[in-house]
Amino acid sequence: MLAIARQRILGQSFQKIRPAVSVLRSYSSAAKKITVREALNSALDEEMSADPKVFLMGEEVGEYQGAYKITKGLLEKYGPERVLDTPITEAGFTGIGVGAAYYGLKPVVEFMTFNFSMQAIDHIINSAAKSNYMSAGQISVPIVFRGPNGAAAGVGAQHSQCYASWYASCPGLKVLSPYNSEDARGLLKAAIRDPDPVVFLENELLYGESFPVSDEVLDSSFCIPIGKAKIEREGKDVTITAFSKMVGYALKAAEILEKDGIHAEVINLRSIRPLDRTTINASVRKTNRLVTVEEGFPQHGVGAEICASVVEESFAYLDAPVERIAGADVPMPYAANLERMAVPQIEDIIQIQESEGYNSFAFVDTVVCAGNASVNN
Amino acid sequence: MAFCSKNSRTIINNLKSKLGLSRLMNQGSDGCLNNTNPCRFLPLTTLPQLRNPDSYSHKTGHSFCSQRFQSTTSEQQFASLPNGEHSQELDFPGGKVVFSPEMRFLSESPCVYNNCYRVLDDNGQLIGNSNFVQVSEEIAVKMYSSMATLQILDTIFYEAQRQGRISFYLTTIGEEAINIASAAALTSDDIVFPQYREPGVLLWRGFTLQEFANQCFGNKADYGKGRQMPIHYGSNKHNYFTVSSTIATQIPHAVGAAYSLKMDKKDACAVTFFGDGGTSEGDFHAALNFAAVTESPVIFICRNNGWAISTPTSDQFRSEGIAVRGQAYGVRSIRVDGNDALAMYSAVHAAREMAINEHRPVLIEAITYRVGHHSTSDDSTKYRPADEIEWWRMARDPVTRFRKWIETNGWWGSEAESQLRSSIRNELLQAIQIAERAEKPPVNELFTDVYDNIPSNLRDQEKLLRETINRHPADYPADVPF
Repeated sequence: MLAIARQRILGQSFQKIRPAVSVLRSYSSAAKKITVREALNSALDEEMSADPKVFLMGEEVGEYQGAYKITKGLLEKYGPERVLDTPITEAGFTGIGVGAAYYGLKPVVEFMTFNFSMQAIDHIINSAAKSNYMSAGQISVPIVFRGPNGAAAGVGAQHSQCYASWYASCPGLKVLSPYNSEDARGLLKAAIRDPDPVVFLENELLYGESFPVSDEVLDSSFCIPIGKAKIEREGKDVTITAFSKMVGYALKAAEILEKDGIHAEVINLRSIRPLDRTTINASVRKTNRLVTVEEGFPQHGVGAEICASVVEESFAYLDAPVERIAGADVPMPYAANLERMAVPQIEDIIQIQESEGYNSFAFVDTVVCAGNASVNN
Repeated sequence: MAFCSKNSRTIINNLKSKLGLSRLMNQGSDGCLNNTNPCRFLPLTTLPQLRNPDSYSHKTGHSFCSQRFQSTTSEQQFASLPNGEHSQELDFPGGKVVFSPEMRFLSESPCVYNNCYRVLDDNGQLIGNSNFVQVSEEIAVKMYSSMATLQILDTIFYEAQRQGRISFYLTTIGEEAINIASAAALTSDDIVFPQYREPGVLLWRGFTLQEFANQCFGNKADYGKGRQMPIHYGSNKHNYFTVSSTIATQIPHAVGAAYSLKMDKKDACAVTFFGDGGTSEGDFHAALNFAAVTESPVIFICRNNGWAISTPTSDQFRSEGIAVRGQAYGVRSIRVDGNDALAMYSAVHAAREMAINEHRPVLIEAITYRVGHHSTSDDSTKYRPADEIEWWRMARDPVTRFRKWIETNGWWGSEAESQLRSSIRNELLQAIQIAERAEKPPVNELFTDVYDNIPSNLRDQEKLLRETINRHPADYPADVPF
């Protein structure tokens, strides 16, 4: 199979696939915008170029240019030894990636979606996350597991689950989730350079979205520290935490709330584990109200952990109970209208103005799930 | 040798000239489906093979042959048809095929798969016409001493567990030849990914009896910092990856490491061990498949010892052993008498050359018997007859068998034997005493190595723990340094 791949590459000289880096150079120095896809592609390209130990593996990452074209052009540039098209066995290729990391290489393993990582979760947790501890520091695992996480559009229950809270509960792993292009570039580079195993949760619907980036972001040494959240929008009335796609929704909701005189502070978590409890708590101490937003299922979710952290450390500062906005507690339905109701929308976030005591204080003993439905626990 | 491919002649000649393995390559390709030898068959009673120990020799019988023999002769007849008939060949993306007007199912039991490589007979005497890699007196004596040491180590630690001095133990009794001979045929650069019944490999590489004891007692000197159960040894400097309890996960790890070795162009391979039970795991199949596709220099050694705790192989799989599975994945495979140290040595030696020089995986199925219980948590007399266990312990002991061979060569004697046994025993008892009395790892080691650098939340937790200990010093164990 590798031999065939080599032959195809040699014969493909007139069918150039330009890697994203050259695309970036063609922009002028004013307002640069790149898509999240380009950000990820350029990050991979630069890290592979800088360190020969970095290599990619996954289904369709090579010849197909990546199931979502994130790895476009990389097979042509680095060859089949560094961009591996794997057989269909998540358990197999994850185990093999971990083995390569044990030896000292730096694999970046792609899951077509994180739903498929459930096949490989034994290797992620038992072989990667716990190895440094169980071997008393003798075996380090500098591996990155990346891929789209959470809901896409019309892909049904088995392709739409969010795994942030699953992985974030495990010591030994680092879990990151970027929102915009700057996050994507900086966090992926940081993840590849990190000696610990990192789970990198992207979002399929964000791949095609463009965001402005500064020159600093485009520099090849750009890196975002792991474990630091970013305050995307400052405010004084309520803190809204979110990650990935929900950051965009939270920002839009904050604009609408502003018109009603509610100034929301939006925190882009960036790092689910380690969670930036300092930033979150400092913000809550300023605003006295907290709303957590996530796409995933409500029970044992990321919002639950944030709520516990704030209750433990900043209880006296809360003027109202912490409110969680999460996906509906059902397997994701397929029909577009049902799917829309199963995932938080901007209207759900705006609804907080009622429950967070702006109109009247009502003791809310529920989690606000998407579709304006309350769930009594 | 039981492997065969269309290119076997060229490979054999290549190897002959480059590596001087001519002694190994004399035999014709016996185990090949394409040859015209008459079909040899094992009687079906060998399936629950361990219920009748006597059927476990290499008897062949034709009693069940007739029906299947019919179908294989047709295959051979077709193969010898004149060229005109071969124009029914076609290229599909999934493979090149030759059509046949006759409907023929592949037998569920391949017809010539009873070849099992052995060099010494049950009395430790060389079998005539056997090919094997010569072993010097020095290596042979070291092999024997290590096998005997492993036996004594197992016996004494097992007893220590029964006395309540360690919490758990798992013996390698009956599989000493696999452990030591394979280790002897490898170099110290080859990376080993064990299951858990291969401490002999670590012993061969220089892990001391004290180091074994330290891990079992989980004391301050344990390289694992007391984080794992006994027998979960691991040592970077010996290229022996830390044992992890999960079954078969180490198999794809080995393939990944082998791939990395190939990328680094190292003169080394990856070696992984697993039992017959482990071959049922998905990881085994994915790993073999991958190793073949990625052409990785990895040696898979399966210790087919007949039992996966209480599950006999007849309940584990219905394939004709493990080596046929390797062939199914495009991996060169061989079946070896695992209790024959010389045969194991030769097979692993040859496999290593092939793996590194040809960039290919090799599967070795070592047939043996698990004489001990699965572990100290098991009493195997509950599911197998005690006299069967005794028979294998006494009559088929690999250590005694090898000892007879070195004695025949004049390299060993009864005096050396008793001296070795008593000195190892004393050394072990010493080591256990020292390990038992040593301090446990200090409390800060509870929080290190979760990540590369200790994160702030764990630093806080350690601080909290120390404060709690300071408040209640009487409740804190005396042997854990603060």
